[in-house]
Amino acid sequence: MTAALTRKAVLVIGGGIAGIQASIDLANMGIKVFLVEKKPSIGGRMAQLDKTFPTNDCAMCILAPKMIECANHENIELLTYSELDELEGEVGGFEAKIVRKARFIEDDKCVGCGDCAEKCPTRVVDTFNAGLDQRKAVYKYFPQAVPSTYVIDPDHCRTILGKKCGVCEKICKAKAVNYSQKDQVLTIPVGAVILATGFDPYDVAPLTEYGWGRIKNVITALQFERMICASGPTNGHLRRPSDDQEPERLAFIQCVGSRDIRHKRYCSAVCCMHATKEAMLAHEHYPRLTSTLFYMDMRAVGKGFQDYIRRARDEYAVEYIRARPGRITEKEESQNPVVRYEDTVKREFAAREFDMVILSQALIPSESNVSIAGKLGVDLDEFGFISAPEELINPFGTSREGVFGCGFCQSPMDVPDAVVRASGSASKVAEALAGVV
Amino acid sequence: MALRIGVFICHCGTNIGGIVDVPAVVAYARTLPNVVCAEGNLYTCSEDGLSSIRDMIKEHDLDRVVVASCTPRTHEPLFKKNCESGGLNKYLFEFVNIREHCSWVHMDTHDGATVKAKDLVRMGVAKVSLLTPQEDLATDVIRSSLVIGGGISGLTAALSLANQGYQVELIEKEDRLGGLLRDVNRVFPTNDLSKELLDPLIHAVLNHKKITAHLGVELADVKGFVGNFSVSLTKNGTAEELKVGTIVLSTGARELKPEGMFGYGRFDNVMTQLEFERKFRSDTHGLNRVVMINCVGARVEERTYCGRFCCITGMKNAILLKEENPQAEIHILHRDIMACGKVFEDYYRRALQMGIKFIRYSVDFPPEIVGSDNMARRVTVHHELMGRDVQMDVDMVLLTTPLVPGEDNQGLSRMMRIPVGNEGYFLEAHQKLRPVEFPSDGIFVAGCARYPTEITECIAQGYAAAAKAAAPMAQGRVISDAFTSEVDPSGCSACGRCIDVCPFGAIDWNEFNGSPGETRRAATVNATECKGCGLCVASCLSGALQMRGFTDEQILAMVNTTVLTAAH
Repeated sequence: MTAALTRKAVLVIGGGIAGIQASIDLANMGIKVFLVEKKPSIGGRMAQLDKTFPTNDCAMCILAPKMIECANHENIELLTYSELDELEGEVGGFEAKIVRKARFIEDDKCVGCGDCAEKCPTRVVDTFNAGLDQRKAVYKYFPQAVPSTYVIDPDHCRTILGKKCGVCEKICKAKAVNYSQKDQVLTIPVGAVILATGFDPYDVAPLTEYGWGRIKNVITALQFERMICASGPTNGHLRRPSDDQEPERLAFIQCVGSRDIRHKRYCSAVCCMHATKEAMLAHEHYPRLTSTLFYMDMRAVGKGFQDYIRRARDEYAVEYIRARPGRITEKEESQNPVVRYEDTVKREFAAREFDMVILSQALIPSESNVSIAGKLGVDLDEFGFISAPEELINPFGTSREGVFGCGFCQSPMDVPDAVVRASGSASKVAEALAGVV
Repeated sequence: MALRIGVFICHCGTNIGGIVDVPAVVAYARTLPNVVCAEGNLYTCSEDGLSSIRDMIKEHDLDRVVVASCTPRTHEPLFKKNCESGGLNKYLFEFVNIREHCSWVHMDTHDGATVKAKDLVRMGVAKVSLLTPQEDLATDVIRSSLVIGGGISGLTAALSLANQGYQVELIEKEDRLGGLLRDVNRVFPTNDLSKELLDPLIHAVLNHKKITAHLGVELADVKGFVGNFSVSLTKNGTAEELKVGTIVLSTGARELKPEGMFGYGRFDNVMTQLEFERKFRSDTHGLNRVVMINCVGARVEERTYCGRFCCITGMKNAILLKEENPQAEIHILHRDIMACGKVFEDYYRRALQMGIKFIRYSVDFPPEIVGSDNMARRVTVHHELMGRDVQMDVDMVLLTTPLVPGEDNQGLSRMMRIPVGNEGYFLEAHQKLRPVEFPSDGIFVAGCARYPTEITECIAQGYAAAAKAAAPMAQGRVISDAFTSEVDPSGCSACGRCIDVCPFGAIDWNEFNGSPGETRRAATVNATECKGCGLCVASCLSGALQMRGFTDEQILAMVNTTVLTAAH
């Protein structure tokens, strides 16, 4: 391979839906792609969702084919469980240093049978399931993970920590376990970089008025998504954390940390819709169940969104109350949360008891943006989103030539908008590399 | 030699497995003729499920595969490709839809759904047994794109494609480029003149050596298929033909004229936001008391959708008015304030801080306007927060209206065989993951033709559509499905019905040498143009047409096994 050819290659950082789409589009335009994802599998946040608004398509059902298309594409090289270390050079001629973290499992040998995880004695909080249950120290990130190989968590593996164990090595028929595997550093020549680092949920514990972490039956929207998801920790059964009972009355509280000058003053752009969807899904699972959604403005601006809200109200027993609740308390015996609010339409104060409360937490730029931006030399805005200096006319640009951004890492947006931005950034990159052979 | 069929049945988590008794269907599949292996998977589409299919093809030397799962719409290509990777001709695969046809529509009857799943699997096995190997068809792609509509989305798409090295034919029915954005005064959130944004873009398009701009032309017809479209244009009665490989549709939308609403058409000082922008570019002298009414003709019974950026348009004009004249009293009567994301929420806050007053009204109590001498004088609204009526004297009332679909949408839809949704906008292939694509290959959509879209998003979609349109041209060839119709010329009575019904113009006459010395006409199908819709097959009176993959024999095998066997 000649040096010039390798430069017609792009580094995509972040393997969520935006990074996946950007990679597929670039690859379809004949451009070589290195897709770097820090987690053991691509899929990103969308993989954690149960269904998607406004079609109520199962998220995994529409995401999985894209993940597999991405992994099987001849022009795409997946570098999962990997992180950017350094980027040198300039547009058309960057050198990217990538650290491939040791999986401690030889990925060419692992057949994904899961025997190791079954026998592993160490339990660790499962962040993929939003902390609702535990996984093992050797684990697959989620059932449909791509690649489907297992990985050992070195912070919790007894053998790696120097304690007596070695169970997974003994049980593995494929002889894939390798406790002495080391991180690997790869140097990749690329012509351009696309950032698609996505979002993290905001920590709602500091909003003490809503009692998350203190009141058991108050959970976050992401926890709810995992709970209602068939492949989640409860196999799709809604259960109150306090007593494992089926809830019948749900409350959804919007703008928890969003549109709030004490926390994040921006609007997170997707919560009105995902809360509506979650209320619909709950009603689908349990037809007796009703939901009340407390909102400030019902921001249903996308195609088909208004009709979706209407359907939720008319067919799925979802009640909308324009209020920003001030406080949630807990009833002692039942452990039912009580929401205190002012209904601004009826203009009255009220306190209402629910079986469970779901907080639509603000969504914030990925915590890794800070270090990635430092390494790439691109500016972040005051919130930590990747800054687009000429956002109006060049929504993909960053402060550094040859480095582009797309998706939620730039600004809050829903999946279709992120997919549009991803494809658009691929066009922008193809323009930048048009002269490069 | 007996066939060796493998059947894979998906739980799809609980989507199928929660309703249909998958283990029972698997056990049943094993009893069907020539089935040598059957298994259930939690997710057949996961890498685990796919590798299991590939392994089984080798282990059991399978020569036919059936997957019973969610829907062929999203998953058939994946499974076919997987069979191919496993060493099996991908046309020896059959998809059975037990999610949409069983677990979803028979949610309340688990037993019935299971029986039906068994029936459908039996039909799939009957059909797959009669399938024959096929080869894909490959055609060359013309390295040129047609962009329809020269607004902001079309200009962006055209420029990006040209910058990537492709020839672009940009057509615009008006005599100038720029579209609806030309009528806009300033653009949010920078409040720069729209001219400053548009003029450099138009200049770049008109001077790009790879772009030919056809102004003042009508699109008369589009024929062909991805890689090879024939486009007919007319300009002042003269016809022109173009050959292109891909098409970007960016025909935009129109402003709603709110005839008869809120004194529009009755009072001279009641106008839409866009009319105001055209009329009062910078001269807002004497406008001290302005009331804006949002959601005029939007989010109502007859037009349920939200215009997406109208709230921001109203705020923009309010901010501009207030900047000109800080003493001006400006009220925005709104329902929900749609200021999604980071930039617009800050824009909203800026408007509030400037002293622009926002009053929330309910759709059940719309504002009322009274006037005299053709002028609106006073607006009364029920202030939802205060719970009482509020009156405002006005110099001007601005009605914030949504965009409405372009007048040509229905005609374009028929001409190009692309769908239009209930609201009258073009309907994309998938709302979530294929927002700028159509179900037909090679045609893409950007901007307000799809749905009301603000400028930055139009630009993003222009680029996105360009990426999609570039892909087949970069690849140079498109591969099309082998499931097309074919004519047995000896049976053809040359009636010509199939030629008439074919919506793709894929069937033509050909000379056919029948019995010695006899040469006569017979229909023939151009396989690269055939989309496999089957209309010709249904119309053929002589039974001379068959659809590959859906032959009479294959369909009858499915029907017979349904009628003649009972699963339970």
